[in-house]
Amino acid sequence: MSEPGSRGPQRSTKGVRAKSRPADRIFLGLSTGSAASIMVILAGVALFLIIQAVPAIMADWQTNPDLTSGPTGGYANFWTYVGPLIWGTLFASAIALVVGAPIAIGIALFISHYAPRRLAGILGYLVDLLAAVPSIVFGLWGIIVIRPFLLPLSDWLNTYLGWIPLFGGQVSTTGSTILAGAVVLAVMILPIITSISREIFLQTPRLHEEAALALGATKWEMIKMAVFPYGRSGVISATLLGLGRALGETMAIALIISPAILVSVRMLTEGENSQTIAANIALNFPIATTLQREALIGTGLLLFVISLAVNMVARIIAGRAGKGALRKRKKMLAQLPPSDPSTVLAVDDVLARKSPAVHTEGADDPEPEIDREEREGKDA
Amino acid sequence: MSATISPSRQPSGRIANSLTSGQLPRFIEWYMLAGSLALSAVILLLMGFNVAGWLVLAAVIYLIGLGILSSAVENRRKATDRVVRGLVTVAFLLALAPLISTLITVVANGIGSINWDFVTQTSQSVFDPDTLEVTTKVGAWQAIVGTLIITGIAALISIPIGILTSIYLVEYAQPKHWMARTVTFLVDVMTGIPSIVAGLFAFSLFSLIVGPKAFSGFSASIALSVLMIPIVVRSCEEMLRLVPMDLREASYALGVSKFSTITKIVLPTAIAGIVTGVMLAIARVIGETAPIFMAASFTDNFNANPFDGPMQTLPVMAYTGYKFPGQDIAASNASAWGAALLLVILVVILNLIARVVAKVFAPKGSR
Repeated sequence: MSEPGSRGPQRSTKGVRAKSRPADRIFLGLSTGSAASIMVILAGVALFLIIQAVPAIMADWQTNPDLTSGPTGGYANFWTYVGPLIWGTLFASAIALVVGAPIAIGIALFISHYAPRRLAGILGYLVDLLAAVPSIVFGLWGIIVIRPFLLPLSDWLNTYLGWIPLFGGQVSTTGSTILAGAVVLAVMILPIITSISREIFLQTPRLHEEAALALGATKWEMIKMAVFPYGRSGVISATLLGLGRALGETMAIALIISPAILVSVRMLTEGENSQTIAANIALNFPIATTLQREALIGTGLLLFVISLAVNMVARIIAGRAGKGALRKRKKMLAQLPPSDPSTVLAVDDVLARKSPAVHTEGADDPEPEIDREEREGKDA
Repeated sequence: MSATISPSRQPSGRIANSLTSGQLPRFIEWYMLAGSLALSAVILLLMGFNVAGWLVLAAVIYLIGLGILSSAVENRRKATDRVVRGLVTVAFLLALAPLISTLITVVANGIGSINWDFVTQTSQSVFDPDTLEVTTKVGAWQAIVGTLIITGIAALISIPIGILTSIYLVEYAQPKHWMARTVTFLVDVMTGIPSIVAGLFAFSLFSLIVGPKAFSGFSASIALSVLMIPIVVRSCEEMLRLVPMDLREASYALGVSKFSTITKIVLPTAIAGIVTGVMLAIARVIGETAPIFMAASFTDNFNANPFDGPMQTLPVMAYTGYKFPGQDIAASNASAWGAALLLVILVVILNLIARVVAKVFAPKGSR
């Protein structure tokens, strides 16, 4: 059903040419033009950013009066300005990913394999609601809830684990740390990682899961043996998409952390928070002069390139996932005795088609127990 | 299986046999949960009570306790299984906490500043000649109008382009055609454009056309369109692919032209899904702050002309109220929360409309 809808009609018009009406041709032109406009828009984004950024990148940062004062003052050239910003962007996103990705994958597992089947849909919707909350609201929430919430934890980490560079330095008293910003980022990337991972986990062939359970695996062992290997590349690509989201997020960071343009790994300090590209643009754009603005656009161009690269890698991995899984399956089938593959394949496909929601019964369900007792009775 | 066993051999009631001997009782997880909540409460009552600490400590006690108990009575594999089950559940509850906390925070902080005046008046400073005092009146009317105008124009641009592109991808292009593949890939890539980059793009575009200080509502609409088009394309494409081939083929068999087939058969069948997708896309971009802030800047003045001068919007009002407050910081913050609450209300309304449309217009019968 979900096959691309173009093949049938195309074939039918090839043999007998229908009379071409003007409305048809105009509509074809319009829709093709719209599709082409996507390419134009993306090219335009890159082009206009480059046009605006080049003067600032080429300018002499040490002598140009426009650049030696204000937010861009004191840098040898564009690259010494943007370097720490790139570090800050990657650092904040990495913390967000370390905090958020395991939780997101846990949620996806909970919804796909642990939650009661009837509740799973509603629970999934609740997590998707997180994606609907505007980023500015998360930013404000971070200021008045997350900042004070993390203060005791920061103190504790600094006191007992302060010898690790991450937690070292003078601990912040207001909570405007990169840790607080990253925690809010983590909340914001939860829904995207969760929803993709959930779909992948649900697609695990039921036969694999039941085979693992039949061998006596506990539920967790079944997930390790059947669900994770099947969904690995999907989860990796989901995580990368989450990373792409975190890289470009502006408001949470701009509102929460008190930034400095420097390379620092400290997460708990007041003045040593590495600023991110997006937040730096948002903070300095209103007060910048023309050339400074162009410098900010230059940093934006780099952000564009980085997040484009991350997204492309994610899409390519996701695309490979389909092909790779197919190839692996073919290889596995080739190793089976010749009579098996067709039946395995057929059963697998039928199951996949019949029950999109793959669920296994809980280990504490009464049925397996009865089965076991029946079998014992038989033996006796 | 069960049919081969006669009912008389079915065991009745609990029997103590080797199968259940090495196992924890059925509802041990609930007992453990209650126990760890109580223990954690007692410990915290001695040290000073707070709800977050109570729940966190209870979760830790629960996981450790269950792990030790299960590995003592059962075995290590079962213990791991039980601990993972607990961990996964904790992860889910952890995700619900920010959702609930955010909504409560926004409502609690915003409800105070929302009243009829706030919604219908514009912000302005009033100079009282007698006392020489400047009092600022806070209102969100200019931001509400700006949000609706900017999002409306963005929707007017994105919806036709998005729907037509998805029609091209589903109805016209051969799946292996280079253009279809490129467009599909680019749409995927476009969903990952950072929102602030979209704002910079619009600003660059208009500063080349209009000159510096090129802030306008229309420019912000262009920025939002860049973010909105891929969302619309993806959701419409999915909906169009759900329309059964049989319907198209039946239409072609009657000699109906392709244009009429698409507009009279395919689109009406998919309309519920398309409207839902469009509503959700609007809800997504209406809360974008960074691109509007770049392209339309901010102002306290009422401006309903999208082609001239800065325009205020709700998300930007919430941002500037906190980051660039006026003289009365408390009032600025209060108005920021008011704007945030209005924004959340708008998003909730759009989501509700999307759900209602999906319910009401869903095609009857099976797809």
